[in-house]
Amino acid sequence: MTAISLFQRTTWRPSSSWIVPLAILGGVIFLVIGSLRSTLFAQQTVSGLANGGIYASLAVALVLIYRATEVINFAQGALATFATYIAWQLIDWGLTYWLAFACTLGIAFVGGFAVELVAIRPVERRGNVLTVVIASIGLLILVEGAIGWIWGNEVKFMPAPFPAHIYHLGGVAFSLQDLGTIAISIASVFVLWLFFQFTKIGLAMRAAAVRPAAARLVGIRVSWMLSLGWGLAAMLGAVAGMLAAASPSVLLQPSMMDGILIYAFAAAVVGGLESPAGAVIGALAIGVLLNLIGSYVSWVTPQLLLPAAFVLMLAVLLVKPSGLFGRTRVRRV
Amino acid sequence: MRISRSTAYGVVAAVVVAVVIALLPLTLSDYHLSTGATVGVFFVAILSLNIVTGYTGQISLGQGAFMAIGGYTTAILTHNHGWNDIATLPVAALVGFAAGVIVGLPALRLQGVYLALTTFAVALAVPQIAKNYSNFTGGTEGLALPTHSGLWLYRTAWIVAGIVFVLSWLLLRGRAGRAFRAVRDSEVAAASSGVALPIYKTLAFGISAAMAGVAGSVYVLVNNFVNPDVFGLTLSLYILIGAVVGGLGSLWGVIVGAAFVELLPLGLTTAHVSSSQSVPVIFGAVVIAVMALIPLGAADLLRRLLHFGSRTKESVQSPLGTEAR
Amino acid sequence: MSVDLIGCMGSLLALRDVDARYGQVQALRRLSLTVDDGEIVAILGANGAGKTTTLRAISHTVARNGTIEFAGRSLGRRGPEATARLGIAHVPEGRGTFAELTVGENLRLGAYARRGSLRDDYRRVYEYFPWLEARGSQQAGTLSGGEQQMLALARAVMQRPKLLLLDEPSLGLAPLIVSEVFRIVRELNEREGTAVLLVEQNARISLATASRAYVLEVGSVAYEGTSDDLASRDAIRTSYLGY
Repeated sequence: MTAISLFQRTTWRPSSSWIVPLAILGGVIFLVIGSLRSTLFAQQTVSGLANGGIYASLAVALVLIYRATEVINFAQGALATFATYIAWQLIDWGLTYWLAFACTLGIAFVGGFAVELVAIRPVERRGNVLTVVIASIGLLILVEGAIGWIWGNEVKFMPAPFPAHIYHLGGVAFSLQDLGTIAISIASVFVLWLFFQFTKIGLAMRAAAVRPAAARLVGIRVSWMLSLGWGLAAMLGAVAGMLAAASPSVLLQPSMMDGILIYAFAAAVVGGLESPAGAVIGALAIGVLLNLIGSYVSWVTPQLLLPAAFVLMLAVLLVKPSGLFGRTRVRRV
Repeated sequence: MRISRSTAYGVVAAVVVAVVIALLPLTLSDYHLSTGATVGVFFVAILSLNIVTGYTGQISLGQGAFMAIGGYTTAILTHNHGWNDIATLPVAALVGFAAGVIVGLPALRLQGVYLALTTFAVALAVPQIAKNYSNFTGGTEGLALPTHSGLWLYRTAWIVAGIVFVLSWLLLRGRAGRAFRAVRDSEVAAASSGVALPIYKTLAFGISAAMAGVAGSVYVLVNNFVNPDVFGLTLSLYILIGAVVGGLGSLWGVIVGAAFVELLPLGLTTAHVSSSQSVPVIFGAVVIAVMALIPLGAADLLRRLLHFGSRTKESVQSPLGTEAR
Repeated sequence: MSVDLIGCMGSLLALRDVDARYGQVQALRRLSLTVDDGEIVAILGANGAGKTTTLRAISHTVARNGTIEFAGRSLGRRGPEATARLGIAHVPEGRGTFAELTVGENLRLGAYARRGSLRDDYRRVYEYFPWLEARGSQQAGTLSGGEQQMLALARAVMQRPKLLLLDEPSLGLAPLIVSEVFRIVRELNEREGTAVLLVEQNARISLATASRAYVLEVGSVAYEGTSDDLASRDAIRTSYLGY
């Protein structure tokens, strides 16, 4: 009877294949050997990891929302940019960088929660997944427009959180900026993981994401869990935004996260849209590979990096159509 | 030939709309006519998205890429080789078709949201490639094209739109159309009934890409200019918005969708509602509101108002197949 | 406990003239039934008679009309979350296990709405299901069908419900496991005083476990009576209960 389908949406198989972990291990070994043999390789790997860290924060935010609702939040980047502008404003008003950072995280959480409540819930009530996706595109347009309206479209200067310090290790120069970015992005994803694994609310959110009907039956208010999810996703986005703005190659302007959003999409897809770990691995891989390709393959200019990311994405999907760690959905005939 | 009531209504409505479109130039200025031409371009683009997503259920967000391919075909042939602009349109369609088939083949392996995001990445990657090979494509400075009067553009756009519409209508009524719908509603059932899935799925991609290519060509003519940014993120997003606001799986909603994405932002700007900075904020808010109020688009609203035809579920199917939560 | 208080107020659960529909199809028509404190009541009937829908109407996982009173309160428009928090544990058809989470996490979720220390609850659960203790970190989806049914029951025990709604617990299980499941249900009822409303295709074991039963037909109650009564009446047995 269809009641069974109510509670067992798709058959779930653990990612039993050993190919993927083996491939990842191979990749890591390749990077380590390359770094030991060439200082350029090492430097590009580290700065690639830093980029990857930024993509990872945004990608995990995307996965968070996708897992619970099958919705791709096109506005994730714009919300991150908005949060970054708030940080900029707080600093402009005199707060120290890290105080502004912390306040922004709190404001982002509340903002994300509120956005879900006000803009998304009314749409979810009667619409389907595609409707909500379009609403998120409307939100993207709205938020970027709001940034321009409130702060103007000119580029703003965002102070750097890390002093421009260079560390030398075995003849290789690493910037504190890159190392700090890697540390903060990994730390924030890790803290979120701790939250989901070890707190009651985190467990409830996971349960609501995978089996909302069953979750209701044990008393979980699934719609509030969803709003919480948006709040947390907004926080992660804020981290990504602030790290991006601190990077010398990214300018603080309303469209700041547009390109990064695409790389985050690619990372999430490569990792398998329902796996946060996959998103992190995918993001780091894309960050590093793009940097290395940009340095070593002469005909790849900066404009070709996005097409290169697309090729990587396609290559992974052709081998694993649901991403590296995606759940293989068995179609019931 | 047996004509159902809804088909008869449809034909009458189409004729009425065609007459209105034909008569509009009498009341509009040249500038407004070129805006009207842009609506025609979006009409064709949204129609192309509808064929592959609304009717065949393969979520392709790559129409921007095919428009870019068609547009650049026209631009290069006209600018570098001196072709007559109209003559480039069929070429753009053919090139688009080929590109669509090339994309459609690996797409066979992908499903649902993975397909959507991959095609979206294609839509963003193609303009970047165009930027890169600038000796061929004019790079970021772009290529200039001969200008035409608003009236000429309007007529060209809507004649093309009319041809494409009629061809689509015929296609969808026929065997291919039924095959497309079968694929959308249930691939497994379709395959078991003997529908050659790979052929029809790739065909849908090819046809929709050909249409988008032609739309791109006309777009380039309307702007009398092409550069990679013309076909960027915004375009792909607007086509998607237009398709859903109009209503997927319906030919009628397409005109509503096209008018919505082109005319509303323009209208807000010219109405000087407040500062021009607030236009995207209002537009974004309207999109969200529309999704909250008419989730299945204008076509569904029309259908419910007029209590049309059979109560088959096909008209309210979302290509992603999930029911309302 | 305040047994006499509930006795004064009437049944633990009372449905009066409840309708329920799936879209255009009406599944329940003016259904009325009661469950008293500490009782085991069975709902029997053919496929499509509305048995599962009755449970869904109580937990409000299907749209419904009519009056449903639980422990003296009308359930009104409360959703499934609120109903669970009031003390109704619904173990649905297909078990409603969180297959992607571990056994331990499933149990933890059972007690989601409860406050305070759970040590006693875990102890009780491991008394009923001793094998669960060792399986805490096993993925729930990898358990066998019978084990998942036990896990679902264990989760319900963690909820400390006043009323347990069990939907087709024997579905897909071997006869030996079915007996075990029903034995545990009886034990739960005797030791904890939990009332049980049971939907089952297997009429024989239902009538052996429950004290009273309702037989549904096309969304309404066709017959009701004590188990002995229904089991002894040949006409009912052969036409409705299939044996």
